[in-house]
Amino acid sequence: MSKIIKLRKGLDINLQGAAAESLVELPMAAEYAVSPLDFENVTPKLLVKVGDKVKAGTPLFFDKNNQRVLFCSPVSGTVSAVNRGEKRKILNVTVAADKNQESEEFATLDLQKATREEVIEMLLKSGLWTMILQRPYGIVANPADQPKAIFVSAFDSAPLAPNMNFVLKGQKENLQKGFEVLAKIAGTTPHLSLNAKAEGEMASLKGVELHTFEGKHPVGNVGVQIHHIDPIAKGDIVWTVNIQDVAAIGRLFATGKVDLTKVVALTGSEVENPQYYRIISGAPVASIIAGNIKKQAEGDSVRVISGNVLTGKAVAEDGYVSATANQITVIPEGDKYEMLGWIAPRFGKFSVSRSYFSWLCPKKQYKLDTNLNGGVRPFVVTGLFEEYLPMDIYPMYLFKAIIAGDIDKMENLGIYEIVEEDIALCEFVDPSKTEIQQLVRDGINLMIKEC
Amino acid sequence: MKGLRKLVDNVKPTFMEGGKLSFLASTFDAIETFLFVPNTTTKKGAHVRDCIDMKRTMFFVVLALIPAFLFGCYNTGSQVGLEGFTAFWYGLVRVLPMVAVSYIVGLGIEIIYAQIRKEEVAEGYFVTGFLIPMIMPVSTPLWMVALGVAFAVIFGKEVFGGTGMNVFNPALVARAFVFFAFTPQMSGEKVWFSDWKMMGAADATTGATALEQLATTGQMQWSVMDAFLGFIPGSFGETSTLCILLGGLLLLWTGIASWRTMLSVFAGGLAMGYLFQAVGLTEYPAYYHLLVGGFAFGAVFMATDPVTSAQTNTGKYIVGLMTGALAVLVRVVNPAYPEGMMLAILFMNALAPTVDYFVVEANINRRKNRIKSVK
Repeated sequence: MSKIIKLRKGLDINLQGAAAESLVELPMAAEYAVSPLDFENVTPKLLVKVGDKVKAGTPLFFDKNNQRVLFCSPVSGTVSAVNRGEKRKILNVTVAADKNQESEEFATLDLQKATREEVIEMLLKSGLWTMILQRPYGIVANPADQPKAIFVSAFDSAPLAPNMNFVLKGQKENLQKGFEVLAKIAGTTPHLSLNAKAEGEMASLKGVELHTFEGKHPVGNVGVQIHHIDPIAKGDIVWTVNIQDVAAIGRLFATGKVDLTKVVALTGSEVENPQYYRIISGAPVASIIAGNIKKQAEGDSVRVISGNVLTGKAVAEDGYVSATANQITVIPEGDKYEMLGWIAPRFGKFSVSRSYFSWLCPKKQYKLDTNLNGGVRPFVVTGLFEEYLPMDIYPMYLFKAIIAGDIDKMENLGIYEIVEEDIALCEFVDPSKTEIQQLVRDGINLMIKEC
Repeated sequence: MKGLRKLVDNVKPTFMEGGKLSFLASTFDAIETFLFVPNTTTKKGAHVRDCIDMKRTMFFVVLALIPAFLFGCYNTGSQVGLEGFTAFWYGLVRVLPMVAVSYIVGLGIEIIYAQIRKEEVAEGYFVTGFLIPMIMPVSTPLWMVALGVAFAVIFGKEVFGGTGMNVFNPALVARAFVFFAFTPQMSGEKVWFSDWKMMGAADATTGATALEQLATTGQMQWSVMDAFLGFIPGSFGETSTLCILLGGLLLLWTGIASWRTMLSVFAGGLAMGYLFQAVGLTEYPAYYHLLVGGFAFGAVFMATDPVTSAQTNTGKYIVGLMTGALAVLVRVVNPAYPEGMMLAILFMNALAPTVDYFVVEANINRRKNRIKSVK
């Protein structure tokens, strides 16, 4: 195995409510949703109407910008609604699930003999192509491209992130098959990055180039790993796949059926029993959290996040788990005033700054709420972001280039190498409370438009 | 707390859009957020945020200034022949009008600008307003302070777009304005001593500052220990190197000031001092430079201003070293200005973006080459 890549920069935010390693098998929920908003830069065009019968793997809509990419139903049943927001923008398509689940049947391919085109075609038809994301930009890959390589991170280092070794227990054969598929469409050996000291079963996978990383979050982010393995230059295209999705791809090629079951961790300080749940992608959040949220005092409320506290999306309690999420986090809303809080010692609060006392107890688990903890201001503090981005990038200069809309500078300063999740910690520590993830997405969208 | 919150909630609509006093929205907001951390929650991106904000950051800088401020009070009295508590009270009473003028004029202008831009009032002036009296000689007339503050806030800061956008440290702009606009009054021997006859202050105690003495005769009448502790004439808050270092420690410990800048300013000054000593231009030891005048104060509180100093870590070393070296260079070589720190910092404020530019260019080239070498 190659040597361990150690990253010094980063931050592990120690939160209350990590999932215990017990798995609940959830029964079929009434409804499942597929949302184009789980993906960046997708303009959906519907292929079904309300009332249509669909199977798992039947296309619901496609992307106008990337027309071969189909978004398919995770379950069989009846299309029950097309929910729209402002300007009739499609928010999601819901499918009421049947009792007996059926899948579209795809002819299993012999990966030794099949051509790259045939493999890609099967992924596209089954809707699993949407699991293949492209860097730069973090958008669904274009099947016409030939990537330089495919990268997969075998672990998640975000706050309260699920333990992928537990999540993927018993999936080794599917993972193996999935990586064979990835090797086929990449034309090279896929890269798999492991967590040092917690390599687990994945270290024994064949046909992958293994790397081992050690450090604090964002060490588990595939973007950070790519930066240290084989950085992205202008003109390069690489693809990334979520490790759970590799197993789903493996299942498709092993059985010819679309099986989008996955395991998500229910975490966060407001969860009674944080643990793991096996669900089908797109399940309602309520099916997971119902009855498992701590009772709130009067006037208090909780925020349910599909994903982790740094990069996830807030969902209503009647919302759905997003396609890309591996966890659900529930934390208290912080819509409270605090008298003279900025000057008080605030013993229970967490900060990377030593103007608080949290540095005294590095092992303490915190209960953080959603309060912004201050007002939005211009950038003042310098040298802080650098400590939380383990890449050879000057984040402040990159952000300023984005604000200025300077394409050349953005390109030179590293916009190709990052997506929102990589700089989420910068946003967390920023005393000026800038919305940096949104800023970076705006910058990326400008690049997509201009280049 | 609940009663106060209720009161604020009751009067709030009057100041919000459509209310009678909506033209005072920024002022109201400043007061409200001073009293209460707002109930704003995150909307996009990271759902949880670090507890630090601009208010706390600035508050810690003010906290770090307190030791030097308290000593300044004592020293002001002590320089006119008072002792003990009397000296401290005398100094406090002497300086409070200056602090008040600085805050009233400065914050007044800031609030007007915030109102015009429909923004929240930025906290930067809490520090600037406290710094200004500390770097002025104690007998500076109040109208000069007011003029200096107005000039600094308008032309040093707001014309560039306000907090975070300014090129020059606003407090030093005020000091430089007063120094160059009123040179006769602001130099010489009198201005360093309080002219208020009260509490039994002796009159007409004047004399050259340690800095001037070193510049003209190569010696000073005070011991090194006196200079380190701060029992020498000088601007209000700059004399006690010890108290400044205490504040400096707090800033370094909390990470609010960059240790890279602070350390390299001292290193640069010391190196230049030794150089002059070695070639025989000065006879006193190089470390004298760090003890007298505004060197330590500038290094700890002014050169480290994150907005006007270099923004890259490498840049901070370079700018810091050059600031220290330049300050000593001006002190030794230019006989017209015994104090070089103010000019050195302002000059390096102007140069810092250029230094950063080259550091960032180096990064861009390194990134390009790195990608080539991997292939």
